[in-house]
Amino acid sequence: MAPEPPLLSMSGITKSFPGVRALDGVDLDVQAGEVHCLLGQNGAGKSTLIKVLAGAHQPDTGTISWRGEDVTLRSPIAAMRLGIATIYQELDLVEHLSVAENVHLGHEPTTAGFVVRGRAARASTAELLQRLGHPEIDPGRLVGDLSAAHQQIVSMARALSHDVRLIVMDEPSAALDPDEVDNLFRIVGDLTAAGVAVVYISHRLEEIRRIGDRVTVLKDGRAVARGLPAKSTPTSEVVSLMTGRNVEYVFPPRPDTPRVAAAEPVLTVENLSRRGEFAPLDLQVRPGEIVGLAGLVGSGRSEILETIYGARKPDTGRVLVDGKPLRPGSVRAAVRAGLGLAPEERKAQALLMLESVTRNVSVSSMSRFARAGWIDRGAELGAARAAVRELSLRPDNPDVPVRTLSGGNQQKAVLARWLLRGCRVLLLDEPTRGVDVGARAELYAVVRRLADEGLAVLLVSSEVPEVLGLADRVLVLREGSVVHTAPARELDEHRVLDLVMEGSPAS
Amino acid sequence: MTQNVSPPRDSAPKVPSAGEQPAWRAVLFRADVRTLSLLGVLAVLILIGGLTKPDQFLDTRNLQLVLTQASVIGVVTVGMTFVIISGGIDLSVGAIVALASVWATTVATQEYGFAGILFTAVLVGLGCGLVNGVLIAYGGMVPFIATLAMLASARGLALQITDGRTQIVTVDSVLDLGERDAYVLGIPPLVLVFAAVTVVGWLVLNRTTFGRRSVAVGGNAEAARLAGIDVRRQRLYLYLLSGLCCGIAAFLLIVLAGSGQNTNGNLYELDAIAAAIIGGTLLTGGRGTIVGSVLGVLIFTTITNIFALNNLQTDVQQIAKGAIIVAAVLVQRRTASTT
Repeated sequence: MAPEPPLLSMSGITKSFPGVRALDGVDLDVQAGEVHCLLGQNGAGKSTLIKVLAGAHQPDTGTISWRGEDVTLRSPIAAMRLGIATIYQELDLVEHLSVAENVHLGHEPTTAGFVVRGRAARASTAELLQRLGHPEIDPGRLVGDLSAAHQQIVSMARALSHDVRLIVMDEPSAALDPDEVDNLFRIVGDLTAAGVAVVYISHRLEEIRRIGDRVTVLKDGRAVARGLPAKSTPTSEVVSLMTGRNVEYVFPPRPDTPRVAAAEPVLTVENLSRRGEFAPLDLQVRPGEIVGLAGLVGSGRSEILETIYGARKPDTGRVLVDGKPLRPGSVRAAVRAGLGLAPEERKAQALLMLESVTRNVSVSSMSRFARAGWIDRGAELGAARAAVRELSLRPDNPDVPVRTLSGGNQQKAVLARWLLRGCRVLLLDEPTRGVDVGARAELYAVVRRLADEGLAVLLVSSEVPEVLGLADRVLVLREGSVVHTAPARELDEHRVLDLVMEGSPAS
Repeated sequence: MTQNVSPPRDSAPKVPSAGEQPAWRAVLFRADVRTLSLLGVLAVLILIGGLTKPDQFLDTRNLQLVLTQASVIGVVTVGMTFVIISGGIDLSVGAIVALASVWATTVATQEYGFAGILFTAVLVGLGCGLVNGVLIAYGGMVPFIATLAMLASARGLALQITDGRTQIVTVDSVLDLGERDAYVLGIPPLVLVFAAVTVVGWLVLNRTTFGRRSVAVGGNAEAARLAGIDVRRQRLYLYLLSGLCCGIAAFLLIVLAGSGQNTNGNLYELDAIAAAIIGGTLLTGGRGTIVGSVLGVLIFTTITNIFALNNLQTDVQQIAKGAIIVAAVLVQRRTASTT
């Protein structure tokens, strides 16, 4: 495809926000029919770059040319008219509208300009869904009733309902199970075969190896490498370009298990179940121990954690801390007994985004700094600062708004909250979701250190290597039931995936 | 966890102030951007008032009048600000003021004198707030609907009690509070009550766990719940607080008017919401200031006064208020996006 001008060529793109230079002269060339992968840590500028490409942000300087002609992407509509579609990580669907209405939102098929032809919309939506390998999704259903994976398909159908030449996918596999990912890759293959270009963003290097053609690596708002061959560039080289380091996952060493086994369990879960979510579950976590729950999306992992935490009411069973049962369905009882949750959706479920780090950290232990409701702000700030330092949260100034922190540091702020509270059982739900590679190792080390200091940790993750690398003991879940329990060192990724997918509970 | 706070670099002798002062300054500075613009608007208004009606506007009695008029709606607005910060809304404030003012001025209540009137006004306010709070926090009703229902029924009950008649206050100790003799250093007692409510409101919002929890519930209710805050109880308390403010405002109104009427507090809900909004409180919750709301009240009251002195009709006043709301929100959006 050498003689033709590239489909898209961005050069010298800069974009500043108050206090931050998000893009500092980025170049990006995308050819028709290729899968161009965009790699970079959080904060490297990926999101800003794709927003510029989608017309959602205007660059300060730089030029964009489309099929050899200079263009200005003044608005998302302008980008869409050219044939650029973006599928954002946070899906931008209207929950209360049907699948077909979402797919055709903004360009409904009409008669005489205003009569919306619902049947035509449904028919064309069904056709798109068929093409995407999901004919089972009913175009008449409300989007809010669909699973996350299906919502993603709808989002993709919407992109394809336009005449697209370039699709930007921002971490499309994050919410998908392995078989869904295979389907996604098949769709990407079909698209590129038809000459559509795909800009693919993912944290998962193995995915980029599978489907990518070329890779552009962003770091600190610059493209540090452009057009690398996706399949043959060594992982170490890619990672070192992104981080300046040569490691991907570094897990802290495990302590000797005998010491742990001797202790009385601090968290005991007996016969806990919720109909339609997970089958009766028994587990124990001892002080100093990290227990991992491995399973696919939809295997009931998050539901289990939230039920233990009291955010959901169990149908059967109970949760005991130090042998004392907790009031079921009461978060406050759980928190008072020493439980802390770092939930999966950090921004929606844990953080007060308008507030400072200090206030986010102290929110669960305010009364400790208060006399008759009156807060001693000096003591509060001091304690927050100590917790922030202990977890080496950056920047170490606890007055900054929490929304300005990177994903990894926001997660540390959540951990600091429970550290300050003096929590004894930490429930971690997808602790590294949205956390870049470099910061992960640091978070793992923090979690292990907290365990070494006597915390009991219950960890849930969809990334099997994470569970295997961090946990001492692993419970493998399949469709809401524990199919296997073993020390982490006796398992490997292959074995776990076998258990999860084939489900041989007899073994 | 070790409480090792000793800062390595900060070499200030007093440990608490080393951490405290920059934060305090930052807060002050941040508040300044918003507050200064509101103060600027107020200064311009005073200038306009002084230029158009120099003798009448800057007259001490007129300024006392403006502040007194601001006091009633001001107290209501402090309560409203808390409710809006927590992500709620209270449409019933005007109706609660009306109900409290008539209930506290019935012949039967007036027999108990000053204390009876004050006590009844506050109790009726708290009672209405309790109903709002229980319906919203524990009944799962949307604040808009629950307080709309309260608006309708409280007004209805107020009409039923008075049968549409004005209930004249005959308790001298109450009426005396509105007389010039009761002024402290030239400041009417009603204004002192407003000032006290403002100060207490500011302290509660900024220095207490109650204030923090209100902000947390408004900023992210789910996160607050998962952080161990009793979100429902907090919501109940917030509507109680709003009801309490309405009760106090009703008492001030009784002093000011010397009577109780079922038409009292008409459209207070809109004035209070408008004042909070132009003061910088987010209607979606999670952010807001008492100082901003109070300045909002003063701006609106001053406009009303200037317009009245210049013999402009209420229709013009209403249009000007609307324009100010739009302008204030637009300015805030701009400053918010650049900071």
